[in-house]
Amino acid sequence: MPKTVLIVDDSKLARIVAAKTVSALQPEWARVEAPNAAEALKILGTTTIDVALIDFNMPGRDGLELAGDIRASFPQMPIALITANVQDEVVARARALNAGFVSKPVTREGLAGFLAGAALALGVHGS
Amino acid sequence: MTEGAAALDDLERDALTELVNIGVSRAAAALRKMIGEPVLLSVPAIEILDRQAAASLIGEREADQLVAVHQNFSGAFSGRAMLIFPQASSLDLVRAVAGSALSADELADFEEEALAETGNVILNRCIGTMANMLHRSLALSLPEILRGDGTLLFGFDSPAGDDGLVLFLYINFFVSNKNIRGYIAMLLDLQSLAALRLLVADFIASVFAGDALEPAGPPADVHG
Repeated sequence: MPKTVLIVDDSKLARIVAAKTVSALQPEWARVEAPNAAEALKILGTTTIDVALIDFNMPGRDGLELAGDIRASFPQMPIALITANVQDEVVARARALNAGFVSKPVTREGLAGFLAGAALALGVHGS
Repeated sequence: MTEGAAALDDLERDALTELVNIGVSRAAAALRKMIGEPVLLSVPAIEILDRQAAASLIGEREADQLVAVHQNFSGAFSGRAMLIFPQASSLDLVRAVAGSALSADELADFEEEALAETGNVILNRCIGTMANMLHRSLALSLPEILRGDGTLLFGFDSPAGDDGLVLFLYINFFVSNKNIRGYIAMLLDLQSLAALRLLVADFIASVFAGDALEPAGPPADVHG
């Protein structure tokens, strides 16, 4: 069954890159975009989301805070933090939330591992 | 505040902000390695304004004397990259980089060198990342240290007959455990902005074409 990926990034261009990468790897999955944490939470309240890709450095609540909020309501959802900020603390906080870590700029190679894991966790087999 | 060819449209501004964000995020990771403490970043700000306004933007928030490590970059576009601290943070930064092994005298002797080296690592990481993403190489001058207020830091080679407008990009950083804070800033004159704008347009086009998703190499498999 097709899954829906939520892409949260304050940069429209970064959302386009992430969406195109998801669509290259999982062409059947739907993609929903949000420019900030508040919009993302609104979408999560009204739409069934299966996977979340979240930028770290955003105005308002940052990506780790948003990931924490999502994790509290969706203990099983595959979540990845997307950032070029590879500081140990950022990686450790993502791990503590059981979230993946994907380097910016997002490439197919960089996202493939996380999405494959997410597909497995969601019981989807490779297309 | 400026009209005409140099003004950036929304998507160009978005792309440039994202390039700066990625560059500065990598620079912060490098700084974190040097000082062993987490480095927090603000979101980047991009403004087109005159040098005096750029100086005021930083200056009016800072009562203290400022210390800046600056390097000029040149190539497809040119400008100046700066790592700026309030004076008090500058010594704390040197202490954090050098460790506690140094005496106060040694620390004072070492300050300039440590600042220059730290600035060099941070600014190279930031500018290098942006240049790579735009597929251009930029040459960086050796780091130099300036001390003074905002006007002194931003008043470099003001060309006569120019309206003095610059593209000013900056981001705040904080090291809460060490009480260190400062700015990473870039200044480009408007002539360079026009060149940068073309590169950003190419970058945006490559994103839409999907090229930006892959490093150089053969196209990936098309099957899903």
